[in-house]
Amino acid sequence: MEQIGVLIVNRKTNEVLLEVEGLHKKYDGITVLEDINLSINKGEVVVILGPSGCGKSTLLRCLNGLEKIQGGDIRFHGKSIVSKDVNWQEIRQRIGMVFQNYELFPHMTVIENIILGPVKVQKRNKSEVLEQARQLLDRVGLLDRQNSYPRQLSGGQKQRIAIVRALCMNPEIMLFDEVTASLDPEMVREVLDVILGLAKQGITMLIVTHEMSFARAVADRIVFIDEAKICEITDSHEFFTKPKTERAQHFLNIFQY
Amino acid sequence: MKLNWQFILDSLPLYRDAAWITLKLGFWGILFSLAIGLICIIAQYFRVKLLRSIVQVYIELSRNTPLLIQLFFLYFGLTKLGIALSENTCAIIGLSFLGGSYMAEAFRSGLEAVSRSQIESGLSIGLSRAQLVRYVILPQAFSVGIPSIGANCIFLLKETSIVGAIAVVDLMNVTKDLIGMYYQTFEALFMLVAVYLIMILPLSIFLTWLERKVRYAEFGNQGSV
Amino acid sequence: MQSLGIRVLFNVKNIRRLLEGLMVTARIAFISILIGSLLGVVLGVIWTAKRKWIRSICRIYLEMFRIIPIFVWLFVMYFGGTTALNVDLSGETVSIIVFTLWGTAEMGDIVRGALKSLPQHQVESGKAIGLGFWELYRYILIPQAVRRMLPGAINLATRMIKTTSLVVLIGVIDVIKVGQQIIEYSRIEIPTASFWVYGFVFILYFAVCYPLSKLSRMLENKWNR
Repeated sequence: MEQIGVLIVNRKTNEVLLEVEGLHKKYDGITVLEDINLSINKGEVVVILGPSGCGKSTLLRCLNGLEKIQGGDIRFHGKSIVSKDVNWQEIRQRIGMVFQNYELFPHMTVIENIILGPVKVQKRNKSEVLEQARQLLDRVGLLDRQNSYPRQLSGGQKQRIAIVRALCMNPEIMLFDEVTASLDPEMVREVLDVILGLAKQGITMLIVTHEMSFARAVADRIVFIDEAKICEITDSHEFFTKPKTERAQHFLNIFQY
Repeated sequence: MKLNWQFILDSLPLYRDAAWITLKLGFWGILFSLAIGLICIIAQYFRVKLLRSIVQVYIELSRNTPLLIQLFFLYFGLTKLGIALSENTCAIIGLSFLGGSYMAEAFRSGLEAVSRSQIESGLSIGLSRAQLVRYVILPQAFSVGIPSIGANCIFLLKETSIVGAIAVVDLMNVTKDLIGMYYQTFEALFMLVAVYLIMILPLSIFLTWLERKVRYAEFGNQGSV
Repeated sequence: MQSLGIRVLFNVKNIRRLLEGLMVTARIAFISILIGSLLGVVLGVIWTAKRKWIRSICRIYLEMFRIIPIFVWLFVMYFGGTTALNVDLSGETVSIIVFTLWGTAEMGDIVRGALKSLPQHQVESGKAIGLGFWELYRYILIPQAVRRMLPGAINLATRMIKTTSLVVLIGVIDVIKVGQQIIEYSRIEIPTASFWVYGFVFILYFAVCYPLSKLSRMLENKWNR
């Protein structure tokens, strides 16, 4: 393993999980995403960077069917998922998503939040799910909070639980939408550590973040989006030392003092 | 001020019967109001343009006119058109007409309180529409809406005081008759206030307690503790 | 057939009397809302007192009107007041007194809520730039408090206007009473008069209350409390 935060090399496999081709998205007449082409292999960690408002979060939401696209194609395991008769309910079980505002269900305890999906949607055996849920909670250090309500927890704790909730569905790919943006600085680290742990396990992830050193540490590839278009897609260590485009360099300079 | 306690004692049965009628009318009024409110909310949900407009018109009409006029219209007005309804029936219809829009508003505010992000969160773990409603939307809408619904119930119960105007044998009419016949004004008024106090105060206290208990939805998702 | 009935509304004498009755209703509403609002502001400020007993008294005052129906209070004042003071209180006087007291209580609650919800740091930054007590109120607190009060105040006014319909039941010759007299008078000639007259009053109330409630909602959305 190298220093400078490059974790594990050669995690990426050859199996293509998600493909985006020529994606166009308009919002209120304004083009938010234009001609997006991207493919994600199993085991990869791809981080999406870019200035605010450039469409990063929107891209993620399109991949999960939360936003409709006006052009292009998204393919999951080779099958297009943009047609009208696509069963999003089924796909969303295999694509996990964690939101910036955690969005745990306030009227359920932590453990209830976690097992709701696996038990009611995937119809798995409750005791088996409970077992997995507890293991995951233990892994993020929150097993003792399994019966608490979200309002009794800190932001960092809620976010870690949101991650566990998504993981318990055994998704094939995890989407992270600026998951530390709402957190107080002291709590950012505990969440990022969890994500780093997942990367070590080889979980396929697509992450939108502002945390530069974290991106550097966890990513295999960087997708840099500026003004609705993909500026460049570069291997992580190359991006941070010598990006291909000037705009990317300009962006990185913002974070240097 | 000395009260004639014997008179009060003697008048108890009258007040008891009247209170009973008030409660019965209030009960049915509340029940039908909830039903009408539900129908309104479902009509609005299904986004049928015509239905939604009808519901809108209904809500505006019933909320911006006094119950008394609605009752007079029903009882006296409709009679002249050939439809004769008993005073109790009119009372219940009137209360339901008024209450339905209030309940519809309470339901709507409850549903609107469930944020879009919560729904997206539920979708992201693969919940179907039905499951979304059952596990995410309804519980939260309920806790937000319950105070309004409770307040509406108390409101409707208070509005029953008006149905006396269309000859229902209610507390107001009993009081008026007793004053007119026996001139025991203070005693009758004392009983009147006392009975309403007994009917409504417990409900009000219960509602306050309930509000406090279901307050979690307000604080559930807001940042760190 | 019905076109014959509506005749009752086009009779000039009737219209004039209806307008006179309307004046009575408007007078009661206007005076009560005006005085009630002013006193309510005073009450609201008092209600923010630090001492618990002051606040408790205010609270009890409000609850008296929240638990006992307004109609009951009209009765109590009308029959009880007349008997107690040995003075023949007119229905109109009683109505104004009761409505003013009610309006004061509710307005006080609204004002208190508005004052309480003002962010404390506004006051602090005002003090930091040297504003005195009166200046603080005039330039910082009152403009912001007004924004938070206005929708609720308009809503209260609307409710009060609707409730003025009750004054007919304690003998005030208001628009409803005049309507009833017209109906009686036209009983033989125009048997369907009650439908038209009550319908007219219904629309009248709607025409006043609907714009007000729309205004209140518009303000609420604009200032997005």
